Amino acid sequence: MLPLDDARALVATIPDPEIPAVSLTDLGIVRDVAYDADTLVVTVTPTYTGCPATAVIALDIETELLRRGAEKVRVDTRMSPAWTTDWITPEGREKLRAYGIAPPAVAAANCAGMLSAQHPDCPLCGSSDTSLISGRGSTPCKAQFRCATCLEPFDYFKAI
Amino acid sequence: MNDVMTPFATFCLRMGDNALILGQRTGEWCGHAPVLEEDIAFANMGLDLIGQTQHWYGLAADELGQSPDELAFFRGEREFLNTLLVEQPNIDFAHALMRQYLFDAWHLPMLEGLAGSTHQGIADLAAKAVKEVRYHIDRSRDLIIRLGDGSEESHAKMQDALTWLWPFTADLLARDAADDALVAEGVIPDGDAIKAAFERETTKALAQATLTPPDGPRRTGGRTGNHSEHMGYLLAVMQSVPRAHPGARW
Repeated sequence: MLPLDDARALVATIPDPEIPAVSLTDLGIVRDVAYDADTLVVTVTPTYTGCPATAVIALDIETELLRRGAEKVRVDTRMSPAWTTDWITPEGREKLRAYGIAPPAVAAANCAGMLSAQHPDCPLCGSSDTSLISGRGSTPCKAQFRCATCLEPFDYFKAI
Repeated sequence: MNDVMTPFATFCLRMGDNALILGQRTGEWCGHAPVLEEDIAFANMGLDLIGQTQHWYGLAADELGQSPDELAFFRGEREFLNTLLVEQPNIDFAHALMRQYLFDAWHLPMLEGLAGSTHQGIADLAAKAVKEVRYHIDRSRDLIIRLGDGSEESHAKMQDALTWLWPFTADLLARDAADDALVAEGVIPDGDAIKAAFERETTKALAQATLTPPDGPRRTGGRTGNHSEHMGYLLAVMQSVPRAHPGARW
């Protein structure tokens, strides 16, 4: 049987399928890793209700744990409390920035749905002279901004 | 099906059907919207809505004895309980945006109320969905104002869309004995509060957009399965593949 600590450490290395710069643990979506009798149960909170990565994430967890010695694996979904970008770890925020995605504003509950009021720092040059291009991006969780200093467009991870 | 369902299952189906049918309509924009950003926006909102659909159907699955896929793909037109508004065809970008805005103006206060539901499953789902829908209305409100108060042509198109779609908002705000029973138990918010929030939102934004809702007849029926002529065509497109290949898997 795969020891629980090893299982936790393994889950922490599994990358997000859409944004591989951050792990599932960095994103704060792994709620629990525990044994239910002989089955290893990983409990995950979905990011967006319709995020297409949700099914891939469950498959990735199962595949990785089985490959590394777990015998039976189950991935459970926990809806409540709802995931918020406030659960992204400080390391996760830094990894997003280094990858070119501006991390979400903190205290997400106060700014969900108010994108045009946001001026996230440009992840490329650090300028705060930025403005919204579009509220949606290459994935549902991102918006597109432009930087007036370095003139580059960039992704912003929306606060939710 | 309708006459044997509990008020709870009826409500979950109505919420799920609204989200599914609007998700299907917004998905029709994929590859067709006037600019890339709006193409992506419609497709992404469709994803949110269809994700919410699965959870609404899931809440009622025990009682209905059908999986979310079975509910979506193997029910007939009269068994769908979505409002008339969401099944209206895209026609053009103005109609699609206005339909989205009018739906969002009802959806947001409804979900805000449901987040305080005495039913834990509904409260959990609403707390999640409300955050997504805040982003939906942020976009749809912004665009109907900019296009309504825009050029002569964009104003005319937005006014045509409002004139066509406004009568169907009565179906969004309609209620019946199933709703009353759930309001009494604190499962869903009172319809008067939703209607007041809808009117506050639309009065302000439509004035900013220099658009005027029409007088005249209002339409209802979708919530009880009496749909407009557009619904059958939508279902034919959405359901044809699963019906031709029942049980098929990727």
